[in-house]
Amino acid sequence: MTWSYLLKRLAMFVAVVLLAITVNFIVPRLAPGDPTAAVLEQLLSRGQQVEGSQDIVAAYRARFGLDEPILLQYGRYLLNTARFDLGSSISYFPQKVESAIVSALPWTIGLLAVATVISFGLGSLLGALIAWPGSPRFLKSLSPALMVLSAIPYYLLALIILYLLAIWTGWFPLGGAYSQIPQRFDPSTLWDLAYHAFLPALSIVLAGVGFWALGMRGAMINVLGEDYLTLAEAKGLPKGRIFFAYAVRNAMLPQVTSLAIALGTAASGSVLVEVAFNYPGIGYLLYNALRSSDYFLIQGVAFFLVLTVALSVLILDLIYPLLDPRIQRR
Amino acid sequence: MSGPLLEIRDLSVSYRLGQLQARAVDGLSLTLERGERLGIVGESGSGKSTLALALMRLHKPPAMIESGEVKLGGTDILRLSKEELRRFRWSEISLIPQGAMNSLNPVLRVRQQMADTIRAHRRDLGGKQIRRRIDELLQRVGLDAKVAELYPHELSGGMKQRVCIALAIVLEPKLIIADEPTSALDVVVQRTVIETLKDVQAQIGAALIMIGHDMGLMAQSVDHLAVMYAGRLVDVAPIKAFFTRPLHPYSQMLISSLPSPDETKPLAGIPGMQPSLTDLPSGCAFNPRCPVAQPVCRELVPALLELEPRRRAACHVAAEAYHVV
Repeated sequence: MTWSYLLKRLAMFVAVVLLAITVNFIVPRLAPGDPTAAVLEQLLSRGQQVEGSQDIVAAYRARFGLDEPILLQYGRYLLNTARFDLGSSISYFPQKVESAIVSALPWTIGLLAVATVISFGLGSLLGALIAWPGSPRFLKSLSPALMVLSAIPYYLLALIILYLLAIWTGWFPLGGAYSQIPQRFDPSTLWDLAYHAFLPALSIVLAGVGFWALGMRGAMINVLGEDYLTLAEAKGLPKGRIFFAYAVRNAMLPQVTSLAIALGTAASGSVLVEVAFNYPGIGYLLYNALRSSDYFLIQGVAFFLVLTVALSVLILDLIYPLLDPRIQRR
Repeated sequence: MSGPLLEIRDLSVSYRLGQLQARAVDGLSLTLERGERLGIVGESGSGKSTLALALMRLHKPPAMIESGEVKLGGTDILRLSKEELRRFRWSEISLIPQGAMNSLNPVLRVRQQMADTIRAHRRDLGGKQIRRRIDELLQRVGLDAKVAELYPHELSGGMKQRVCIALAIVLEPKLIIADEPTSALDVVVQRTVIETLKDVQAQIGAALIMIGHDMGLMAQSVDHLAVMYAGRLVDVAPIKAFFTRPLHPYSQMLISSLPSPDETKPLAGIPGMQPSLTDLPSGCAFNPRCPVAQPVCRELVPALLELEPRRRAACHVAAEAYHVV
């Protein structure tokens, strides 16, 4: 890997993040009106008298720096964001937005990232086996079932699972991530965490497995028609070698691209799974922020999501040349 | 061992699509001596590639072998079990495939693709011996040993085809099947690649079946030529006799359609089209296009008869001239 390639990718990463946070800055300011004035107007419309409303608005504008020139505001916003100072949450006041995100982060990574990777691995393997001519017949009959799974919205799946395995049978907890806040990592704590994570993880895995399997099946069918597969068979290679090193290895390439994007969007994409299972991750945080119109928190989470998508694409860009030698590292 | 190296007897391969059945190889019989070079020519869809794949049992559904026998050195290929077939492939018959451009796995280095082939058949060889063998083979086909460390996309078309040739002789098989080995290359590279192929084939003493439709290339590279038309062999002859005195009317027309540097007459094509395999004319499949067709040609399918030693033709008119009917 050359330095210029690395620098180019890093520059791209910075540019994407910069663009996203700029949009994050501009969009609220494009909306007509003024946040403080809006609150006051609401009070007025309910017939309440507010003494000196003009002064209050002005005071608030000064307090939040809204009376300064727009470029100065932008500069300060950039500086604060770069220092991960995302402001204070309104609904969790006086907690800072960044600390709210940081405390939700391990749950989301632990649940969503792991479940997405499991779903990806399982689905890709299934899809590869469905397309492989030598695999048993029952595997091929899975194809329609997987298509149905990929068509069911994941939050619906979550509700069905919740009903069947938690409410009806009572095998699993209804929600939450732990029985009591974990103090240290010992086997029983880990077991408790896994026990709570199982249902949300199951719904994410099931909702995703069809998507991954269908994608992989398509890619495999394409690869199986390639001349190098005929040659691999002619060479008398063992079946396993042909399957993994010739077929799967090539069919995986587009799947890996999808994985990077899926990991990046997992947090926002599975908001409702975290909500359905009361799981204290980023999605749950975002849901609460939206419900309480906690603008700073919404902005903070949005910034964080952009960061994760950009970061996972950056990592993909860096490892992709290792997976596909045709991609040049320049 | 005595007798011919390869004996194909009455081989039929057909594609089945619902009610339709297309017999791409129809009752084909052929023998090949050790070290012999046989060219098989025919128009697109005449069944020559299907034949090549069927000889290694590499055909995929909906193609299926209906009947026949393919014996190589006494082993009936069509009766081998899966594992026997796997071991048989490449160690006895190797293939230089049609699309040399896409015949190499894009994500593996040349060395890895050659080494896995050796390892699949020769458990007795160690890593060092395999390394040395690969380097030596690459040099034998006119490539630098450094090519082993490259990925296929870093090679030119001619280099890829040379790698495929090196790969084909890696286990010193008794038979090499080259399915249009040079169709994707330009004329100059074609020449050198064919020379390389002939050299290494002669060195290891393997027989060669070369499939193609370039008559000029065939004239320079094979000992015998077989012509396929609509799934059947219609003419088999030593290469020199084939060109000086073709027996089958189709062969005559193929030769007269070749451009010649001495004459300035306009090129003669062969009017008409090869018939569809699902809707063959009655009698000889070539009769609608044949300039000398007789009434009998529309009724009876001509048998492939030995008209001269080592010369066979499937034509009523030619057979009559030899009084063998």
